[in-house]
Amino acid sequence: MKTQMVAAFAGLALLLASSTSHADQSIEQIYGVYCVQCHGLQRNGTGINVPALSVKPRDHTEAKGMGDTPDDELYKAIKEGGLAVNKSVLMPTWGRVLSEDQINGLVKYLRQVCKCGK
Amino acid sequence: MKGLLLAVAGLTAAFLSCASAADKLDPSCGGCHALVKPTDTSLDRLLTRKGPDLWYAGSKFNKEWLVSWLQDPKPIRPAGYPYFKNIKKGDKHDEIDSSKIPAHPKLKKADAESAAAALMALKAPPDLVPAGIFKGDMKGARMGGLAFIKFRGCVACHQGEKGEGGLSGPRLTDAGVRLQPDFIAAYTADPQRFDPHIWMPTSNLKDLDIQRLTAFLVQLSQGDK
Ligand code: HEC
Repeated sequence: MKTQMVAAFAGLALLLASSTSHADQSIEQIYGVYCVQCHGLQRNGTGINVPALSVKPRDHTEAKGMGDTPDDELYKAIKEGGLAVNKSVLMPTWGRVLSEDQINGLVKYLRQVCKCGK
Repeated sequence: MKGLLLAVAGLTAAFLSCASAADKLDPSCGGCHALVKPTDTSLDRLLTRKGPDLWYAGSKFNKEWLVSWLQDPKPIRPAGYPYFKNIKKGDKHDEIDSSKIPAHPKLKKADAESAAAALMALKAPPDLVPAGIFKGDMKGARMGGLAFIKFRGCVACHQGEKGEGGLSGPRLTDAGVRLQPDFIAAYTADPQRFDPHIWMPTSNLKDLDIQRLTAFLVQLSQGDK
């Protein structure tokens, strides 16, 4: 009886541990850690680092400019950085930090932020 | 049998000495800093962290700097740690919310010296900060400075020469006084090896870039006065 209880608890603990550690981080949280430093709390290119930037970070709320940028360019810019899409080096490369899924998630998220599909 | 005993004794001693390096620090340090390499490598740990990891402090800092900083701790990260918890919307751009940044405890001289000694015993594994990874060529410093402010864009997040630069990363105006050259080179090359989710990106830097950037940072010593 006792061992069964222990086993059950261990199983439960395992289940709990795995469900929390593999839970998907919300994309918004990811934006809040990595992107907000430049693109800003309002997502409009006004982060705390802006006074130090010679090129203004993209305004992710601006439907026109964002609407003109296709998904694969957004993906490439995030993964490989500004230089990879003929933009400024001040847009960093995130391929080492973020997974493919997270980058795809960010592209989708940016479409919600700009309220523009492509 | 005797060999086995010896091996066990040796292992235990190794374990104890490693544990005691962290134990020599005031227990309160561990409340904000990881003093042992964390097993939890999730993003959640980053979100709940209160201070930078110190489990590789002995391979990161210069001891003299630690001793003096601990007696008169001035913020190294202008927006505190982690930056994203201490910012608010401003008129033109986001601003630092200083009310959210707690002051670091100030230590007396003797305590600062013993804390610094304990921190210096917390070494990174040799493959994380390989000795001699910075080859010591200071001639690249000028090109490194150009890379920092222009070609590689480090200045977007870090304050460098004359205190100019972004606010989400640690100030590097006195990097040469604060940090060991091999740490600067190893960390710049791949911050995620130290910290899988840290918000400093890994740029595609060639070794030449790393050498030049390190040379540039090593000679930044304006201090924090
Ligand atoms: C260090 C500052 C900085 C950080 C951090 C940053 N960006 Fe940027 N980003 C920029 C700058 C500057 C530009 C504008 C580049 C240009 O117009 O030449 C930019 C542009 C972009 C663009 C437009 C690319 C294009 O093709 O027009 C996207 C999309 C983008 N950033 C997404 C992100 C995401 C997502 C993150 C977080 C994972 C992020 N950025 C983090 C500075 C930054």
